[in-house]
Amino acid sequence: MKILLLSLLLVTGLTGFPQEDGNSVLKKVESNMSSDNRVFDATMIVHGLRNTRTMTLKTYSVGTKESFTEYLSPPRDHGTKMLKLENQLWIYSPTTDRIIQISGSLLRQSVMGSDLSYEDMMDDRKLTDVYNAVVEENETIDGRNTVILKLTATVTDIAYFTQRLWVDTERYIPLKEEFYAKSGQLLKRTTLSDVKKIEGRWFPTKVVYKDMLKQGDGTEFIFNKVSFNQKIPEYIFTKAALKQ
Amino acid sequence: MIRFLLKGLIRDSSRSRLPIIVVATGVALTVLMHAYITGLMGDTIDVNARFFTGHLKVMTRAYAENADQVPNDLALTDAGLLLDTLKNEFSGIQWSPRIHFGGLLDVPDENGETRSQGPVIGMGVDLLDKGSAEVKRLNLDRSLVRGSLPLSPGQALITEAFSRKLDVNPGDTVTLISSGMNGSMVFYNFVISGTVSIGYEALDRGAMFADIGDVRMALNMENAAGEITGFFNDGYYDDDRAVADAAKFNKLHESEKGEFVPTMVSLGQQANMSLYVSMSKYWSTYVASIFVFAMSLVLWNAGLLGGLRRYGEIGIRLAMGEEKGHVYRSMIYESVMIGIAGSVAGTAVGLFFAYLIQRHGINISGMMQGSSAMLPSVIRARISGVDLYLGFIPGLLSTVIGTMLSGIGIYKRQTASLFKELEA
Repeated sequence: MKILLLSLLLVTGLTGFPQEDGNSVLKKVESNMSSDNRVFDATMIVHGLRNTRTMTLKTYSVGTKESFTEYLSPPRDHGTKMLKLENQLWIYSPTTDRIIQISGSLLRQSVMGSDLSYEDMMDDRKLTDVYNAVVEENETIDGRNTVILKLTATVTDIAYFTQRLWVDTERYIPLKEEFYAKSGQLLKRTTLSDVKKIEGRWFPTKVVYKDMLKQGDGTEFIFNKVSFNQKIPEYIFTKAALKQ
Repeated sequence: MIRFLLKGLIRDSSRSRLPIIVVATGVALTVLMHAYITGLMGDTIDVNARFFTGHLKVMTRAYAENADQVPNDLALTDAGLLLDTLKNEFSGIQWSPRIHFGGLLDVPDENGETRSQGPVIGMGVDLLDKGSAEVKRLNLDRSLVRGSLPLSPGQALITEAFSRKLDVNPGDTVTLISSGMNGSMVFYNFVISGTVSIGYEALDRGAMFADIGDVRMALNMENAAGEITGFFNDGYYDDDRAVADAAKFNKLHESEKGEFVPTMVSLGQQANMSLYVSMSKYWSTYVASIFVFAMSLVLWNAGLLGGLRRYGEIGIRLAMGEEKGHVYRSMIYESVMIGIAGSVAGTAVGLFFAYLIQRHGINISGMMQGSSAMLPSVIRARISGVDLYLGFIPGLLSTVIGTMLSGIGIYKRQTASLFKELEA
């Protein structure tokens, strides 16, 4: 969830770069996720080893605990739905008309063949609750000043022991993220771009995920339409909605 | 002379009894061990060939590098075209596309919720084509415990032990959760047509067999195949021929670049099978050599003991004017007769026990629980033509060598001191 979480940051337009410690920068980054809910239409382009696949989807989410995604195209994936409630995840597959709970080793599987795993979607704890952040240095990415935060896990049950975040010092959104194993091996890299102001918030509308252990050229996630604080019917976040 | 020596051996049983018993014991062990190992190696190679390696296998280069992980994202595409090419260029070999996969088999309750679930290893093979040899090759028809073989698309077989574990029966619907060719998680429903008991713990624990058409649908592998396996028409693996065929195929493609270029490997070039193939090739030599060496030492000692016991007899023969070489040769002739007698007896005994193990087998299923090795649950010996003569090699060689070593003492006897020795 950390990857998705950070890719969906909402920016409140904080200005200036104070000489802050890592944890307070991280807290500001997290505060950008504080909308009650969001609804977005997105396109996911998976650049695989042999071909490129494009999927469109619509997602409803409330905070980081509840989300519902429906895949709209291509025809093969049309009607596939995913429901996340707290730490549980279900998938509805229209070809089998089954609702399957994803748990255990299945969580390590790729989401629709992309560079994201279900495990990435599941950890919805706040970064400040599970990581200690330290400012490393400054760097410029695409003309934007960033500060590099090194996050070290303070808990053991976590997918990525360390992370590096390149945080835009003006907008407080990450422009690049790297995820490492305890051994120091780089596992995943995310780059966030096409930052737009949507409903008064800065929002990266393009995220490229790259699983460093997987062949292929990564997965592009493009937000086509994003709405915040919408009225989402409660039934959306029920298992019954999966079969509808 | 031979008749004279033979009479001597028969009438003086103390001269032949011990050597014959020793030779017979060694020969019996040699024959039994050879038949046992032949059975074990043969079954292991055979089952691995039938289920996994084939006699030959064509994969992409990338798939071949990680074949143990069954990377279907690196599978052969346009498998139909390649299959036709193989059939034309390599006659005398039956080619068959296969897809191996892993995943979870999920059993729903009446509400569609998961009732039980278990890890499964699966094979997509040609089960529905009436001309397919895969059913016979995998022995599925004879392994059937309940229900029937798949008769139409959407049906699958699972192993009996797995069906008991999941509490599913023929006619029930199960959902395969696996990883598709593009890396995404896939779901596919199968109706259980029947259950099978394969006889190999690694498979019986949790395996399913479905028609390759269904597996292609399930894993998004249209016209693709993880591998195309080849089997020699006579059913027997010939390593030299397989290696030559693989080299011929690979030479045709050696100029092509890329990780998805097809490559062919023989059974002996796959995973751990090279060890088994080498052992099956040279095992007879190993067994015979070990027993020749060990029994030569034993019979050398037996010969020395006999030499001591026959010290007086040899002395008298030398004193009477018999040449040392003649005495030495006559003892070697005797040893040949003892070797033949011991080898015949030992071969008979060895074949008897080998037959018992071949017929009844040794059940090692208790030792195989939890094992992932593709070894048979019941090990059976396999008596082959070699067993009829193999024992004669150590039987004859060891007696002759033993006698030759111990008989050297004859040449050390001094004629001048013979009478003194005899008087003593």
